[in-house]
Amino acid sequence: MQVALSHFLVVAGLLMVIGVFGIFMNRKNIIVIMMSIELILLAANINFVAFSGALHDMVGQVFTMFVLTVAAAEAAIGLAIVVIYSRNRGSIEVEDVTLMKG
Amino acid sequence: MIANIFFDIVSAILLASAVMVISSRNPVHSVLFLILAFINAAVLFLMAGAEFLAMVLVIVYVGAVAVLFMFVVMMLDVDFVALREGVQRYAPVGLAVGMVLFGELAFMAVNWTMAPGTAVFLQSPTPADVSNTVALGSLLYTKYIFLFQLSGAVLLVSMIGAIVLTLRDRNRGKRQDVSAQHARVPADTLRMVNAKLGEAAKLPAPAEEAL
Repeated sequence: MQVALSHFLVVAGLLMVIGVFGIFMNRKNIIVIMMSIELILLAANINFVAFSGALHDMVGQVFTMFVLTVAAAEAAIGLAIVVIYSRNRGSIEVEDVTLMKG
Repeated sequence: MIANIFFDIVSAILLASAVMVISSRNPVHSVLFLILAFINAAVLFLMAGAEFLAMVLVIVYVGAVAVLFMFVVMMLDVDFVALREGVQRYAPVGLAVGMVLFGELAFMAVNWTMAPGTAVFLQSPTPADVSNTVALGSLLYTKYIFLFQLSGAVLLVSMIGAIVLTLRDRNRGKRQDVSAQHARVPADTLRMVNAKLGEAAKLPAPAEEAL
């Protein structure tokens, strides 16, 4: 690995902060919230891969594979929920989701 | 040197497109910038020496997940401008949380050193003589085979879950119901009425129509 590990860590940290900020900024639009979650998982993956390259250990890449799998599953389920929610309510404003409130 | 400059350019594009993902007004643009972010992250993976994962990122994320996002964004008939309300209200809180988080991460980054004996604890050192794909495959299919199967099960569950959630049993018009047809007897539908000569037949009130 020609680039130092710390460079990767800084980029991944900034990417994660951007993702968290995106969740706060788009409180109503659940699709953008899910894209922010994807960004956060991508930051975690960059960390895994960077450490894997720096330490010459393949386990980081194996774990990245599993993170990718879970992220894909989460996106599929989440978008299915968004589709049925908008079909029932006609909007995807997550702020007024109070169906489960007692 | 050139690698560092290239890394800086790619990561700058990655972070800029991540900012555009969360700040763009049109969610279609958000998805497109998400694709750009994924491609740049794949380049970062390549620079870290994970060729196979870089290709997986392009295929799975750009080819499947981002297209899924695009599909849902375009399919939903939602007023996305109304969803942008309240950005000014939430931005200070989000900015504060983001600054605190980044401060903590930066604090950890400057005070962090690798333990001296880390190389002893390597689980599966990268083999020097084979390509990245071969190395990853020979690990995934041997040492981590159960986790690999389990991730397949996770994907299967998510697929079935998404289908079950979105499947609507529409009323598809008239269909043949064989058991109902077999269960018909003449007494259900046929009535014999004696009509007297010169008078109209007096029909009893029809029972509710069976079948």
